[in-house]
Amino acid sequence: MGAGMTTDLLLHGLDVVLVDLSAGKLDSARKEIIRSVRFAPLLLKTAPVMSEDEIVQKTLFTASLHDVHDCDFIVENVTEEWKAKERVYKVLDTIASPEVCFGMNTSCTSITMAGSLLSDPSRLVGVHFMNPVFLKPTVEVIRGYHTSVETIAQLDILLRQLGKGSIIVNDYPGFVSNRISHLFMNEAMYVVQDQVAEPEQVDAIFKKCFGHTLGPLETADLIGLDTVMHSLEVLFESYQDPKFRCCPLLRKMVYAGNLGRKSGKGFYEYVND
Amino acid sequence: METSVKDLTIAESVKEFILKNVRLSDIAEDEDLFDKGIVNSLFSIQLVTFIEKKFNIVVGIEDLDIGNFKSINAVNNFVQSKLATV
Repeated sequence: MGAGMTTDLLLHGLDVVLVDLSAGKLDSARKEIIRSVRFAPLLLKTAPVMSEDEIVQKTLFTASLHDVHDCDFIVENVTEEWKAKERVYKVLDTIASPEVCFGMNTSCTSITMAGSLLSDPSRLVGVHFMNPVFLKPTVEVIRGYHTSVETIAQLDILLRQLGKGSIIVNDYPGFVSNRISHLFMNEAMYVVQDQVAEPEQVDAIFKKCFGHTLGPLETADLIGLDTVMHSLEVLFESYQDPKFRCCPLLRKMVYAGNLGRKSGKGFYEYVND
Repeated sequence: METSVKDLTIAESVKEFILKNVRLSDIAEDEDLFDKGIVNSLFSIQLVTFIEKKFNIVVGIEDLDIGNFKSINAVNNFVQSKLATV
């Protein structure tokens, strides 16, 4: 998601500091960003033409979180693991200027809970970007318990620069989008596990009968099955409701390394370049 | 129009790549991949990346027209024209 966001920011003329602790992930992100920005005009007529040099000049790829200290707005995209998010917010709280706001790009984690890690929780707002970021006109914005009007206004300035609208909702884990979509994905996996239908049939019903662009299993493969599993764990932990119990087939696939599109195999097989 | 061995190789390579990504058993060479919903528009970026690598060509900004990539035949013609100018 960090790479997708960076692509969108660059396409709208903004400079970006992209942080990841893994050199390998930074390298893959760099390749993906260059490729997406180069070929974006194919899908988005308003996309500017940018050379590889320009892309690299406008993006700082770094393993040091301290490099964000000069940024006007900071979007956190860390994996859905509380310990990891906790470490990041504790550092951000000490290095960002007091007037800078944070956007938490999360699938399920409570904005209010993450806000409790900051000395001023009013500076944190949830912002749920969807893939592919540069082609999606709208984001889900989540108001935490302490999120201030000023913070939402700052996020709105950024979103306007990206040509995006927003739908503002209140904070409960999973918000609107993932609280509902993960039930679909999880139950679709139970249907496959129980041999009610093949993955192709499940997805075909969503596409051909409901008119969805992607079926729930294709969507899960696209998101990453490990991410879907983590999100379901957060939802289950948060609500203590068995409807969010993670399908055993999903766990088995994740442990087997079949993570979906990114690993080349999930409910379907993919050719990765 | 005569079909050369080179044509078949380009078309076949492209077809093979697409089929591996769409889980269909076959696609007609003139079938519109995007209009028919065989692939989504984002797949075009994957396809262009594949074409550059496979045929060792550079896709320039002036080539970024979805018409160049809408079918196996379109890709075949596009790659041939690029190879002819190398």
